[in-house]
Amino acid sequence: MTSIAHLIKTFTLWEFVKAHWLTLQYLFKPKATINYPFEKNPLSPRFRGEHALRRYPNGEERCIACKLCEAVCPALAITIESEPRDDGSRRTTRYDIDMTKCIYCGFCQEACPVDAIVEGPNFEFATETREELLYDKAKLLDNGAKWERAIAANLAADAPYR
Amino acid sequence: MPKVTVDGLEIEVPSGATVLQACEMAGKEIPRFCYHERLSIAGNCRMCLVEIAPGPPKPQASCALPATEGQIIRTDTPMVKKAREGVMEFLLINHPLDCPICDQGGECDLQDQSVAYGRGASRFEENKRAVTEKYMGPLVKTAMTRCIQCTRCVRFAEEVAGIEEVGAIGRGENMQITTYLEHAMQSELSGNVVDLCPVGALTSKPYAFEARPWELKKTPSIDVMDAVGTNIRLDSRGRAVLRALPRINDDVNEEWASDKTRHAVDGLTHRRLDKPYIRKDGKLVAASWTEAFDAIKAHWTGEAAVLAGDQVDCETMFAARALAGSSMLEGRQTGLAYDTSSLSAVNFNTTIAGIENADVILLVGSDLRREAPLVNTRIQKAIRKRGAKVFAIGPVTDLTYKVEWLGDDLSALTKAPKVLTDALKNAERPAIVVGGGALRYAGVHGAALALAKKFKLVRDGWNGFNVLHFAAARMGGLMLGYAHDGGIKKLAAASPKLAFFLGADEVDYSLFSNTFKVYVGHHGDNGAHHADVILPGAAYSEKSGTYVNLEGRVQRGERAVFPPGDAREDWAIFRALSDALGERLPFHSVDALRAEMAKAVPALGVEGLAHYGWSEPALSAEVNGKIADYPIKDFYLTNAICRASETMQKCSSELVHGTQVLEAAE
Repeated sequence: MTSIAHLIKTFTLWEFVKAHWLTLQYLFKPKATINYPFEKNPLSPRFRGEHALRRYPNGEERCIACKLCEAVCPALAITIESEPRDDGSRRTTRYDIDMTKCIYCGFCQEACPVDAIVEGPNFEFATETREELLYDKAKLLDNGAKWERAIAANLAADAPYR
Repeated sequence: MPKVTVDGLEIEVPSGATVLQACEMAGKEIPRFCYHERLSIAGNCRMCLVEIAPGPPKPQASCALPATEGQIIRTDTPMVKKAREGVMEFLLINHPLDCPICDQGGECDLQDQSVAYGRGASRFEENKRAVTEKYMGPLVKTAMTRCIQCTRCVRFAEEVAGIEEVGAIGRGENMQITTYLEHAMQSELSGNVVDLCPVGALTSKPYAFEARPWELKKTPSIDVMDAVGTNIRLDSRGRAVLRALPRINDDVNEEWASDKTRHAVDGLTHRRLDKPYIRKDGKLVAASWTEAFDAIKAHWTGEAAVLAGDQVDCETMFAARALAGSSMLEGRQTGLAYDTSSLSAVNFNTTIAGIENADVILLVGSDLRREAPLVNTRIQKAIRKRGAKVFAIGPVTDLTYKVEWLGDDLSALTKAPKVLTDALKNAERPAIVVGGGALRYAGVHGAALALAKKFKLVRDGWNGFNVLHFAAARMGGLMLGYAHDGGIKKLAAASPKLAFFLGADEVDYSLFSNTFKVYVGHHGDNGAHHADVILPGAAYSEKSGTYVNLEGRVQRGERAVFPPGDAREDWAIFRALSDALGERLPFHSVDALRAEMAKAVPALGVEGLAHYGWSEPALSAEVNGKIADYPIKDFYLTNAICRASETMQKCSSELVHGTQVLEAAE
């Protein structure tokens, strides 16, 4: 019985028919590809992209130089130096992230007690030179200013699960 | 010797031991905040609770309870666990959760113990207590809200430092630790309260927010700020030493360090000599090593004088001696010229730990508090623990303990007043401490030795004759023959053609006007200003060196960081120079040098006390005149490293010269 079924499938080129049917189905389905630079996929609120240092709404830097991110960083990409600011508060004088070392594990933002260092939703920060990927504090704070709204929204969206 | 059982393990403990000590002996860890081995027992943190039978059925504070025969101690029962959790919860009620901005973070007892013994979560929802900051001087930063009132600092100030300036006011939740009048702690040991503080209430001001303990490389080293030879640990990051902390050595510094030891390290990065210089037309001009060596070669006659400074290691002095010959060596920069035919007669023979056991101590022209603060604490201890009596000849100064002043007339040595003779006669372990300030005066050394002989200060199992040096290089220098007969004046009178100054900044350079002066050192201080050629060397943190402290203890420190710029380790400079002069020295590594040094002076090859054996040189005992003053005028600025240190400058202006540095209210 099986051999007869096999014989029929062979003579009707059943596999070909099936494959073409599948192709035909996809012709009428919506496209999976997007027109990338003009269209983008949705990102999870937990997406770990480019780093940013945030500020409080009053403009004060969040980072207090506790150096936990530096300690936890498995790639040793973060370098921090600190000293008392003129008003006596603890602040960094240097906050460098070597983005060429970074493995985007997100431990830094997990370790941060004040939500200062975060990995934002930006993934489009390719550069032409290697040096541009050695971020300093100014660059990171600038990122924070640029992405604050998206970052805050992401943190708020993820907050119930923490 | 009572026998106790700790968690089923029966052990014998020395009588007088506390339950906490018994548990430690049994290898059990007992959490504690207020208890400290070297301070009196307070019993106010209640963290060390254990269960003891026989006794009331409740947990008891083990630190304040003596261990007695047949006690059954449990440290692992649910009751003990619950009690510790309870105490920890109470301690954390008023302790702010500001670990991320606290400098103690990472080396905090409260942090560690709350992880190990705490509940993990707080049930406290009310407001926390807040306490205003207290001013404690230029070295101690306070954040009193973090204080858990263990009173270690209070007990330290009173019992070890001998100043009654720190105390607790108020009761219960309102208790506050303060210096009462909010002035700086007038102590050379104030930095130690930072180490003692189990939380971040007292932290180091110069080191504030600089680094976390886990970032630092820790190197065991020996301090060179005074002759005590404090065992220290240098914490460095990159090329900078960020702080110095004491290591525990019961024979030398216990676990204390003076403020100079701790806080002069910032001077290591300022005013450094980082390339060779040659004087051209009266001005020092940067040069290369070859040029500098050529300039020296022009004045080389096969021999040279060597003057060692106060902070030089033995390796440097040995290398210099090997090159320059041993006929013109001197280490006593300020012109002292005491007899050195017997090393034991210029040594601190009682030993630093031994002076604790003395019952009568006579200080001769020795301002111990500034010259060797850690010897001073030992005498403080001798008075406190064993009721020792202290007499002193010299101008009256505050030594932090009760001293019977016998006036500043030196004749008191030969014609001792009755109080002194009576005390010395009846003493079991009498000791005399002759300070470097007194050795300036002719005959004092001899008179002190005669006094020692008269009252048998040297007897079976006890040597009470002590000379107190205050230069880290002194004893090592004397062992290596750095003592010219007649002192520096006589050496200068011979007007050597060429002289090496090894970090010698206190020398009167006008004596050497006809000499070609080569300064081998690390700081651009007095010596460098007068030099014809400067060869940049390494500071104590940048070389592994052998030091001999005032009691003749040979100790080794290791290199923590590399010297800056073109500077090199000093022995290597002499090795390279010897090549340039065509008289190659027979060592090419520190180990080879040490082997050579041990061949020349065997005692320098072994770490530990060098035994000089007791012998008295025959010296004239005739003295007259008065001790005018003490050699150390400004405790905080005694050497080139201190003078380059911002922190020490601040301390000097505030604590010695009394100009209050007003700080912005935080």
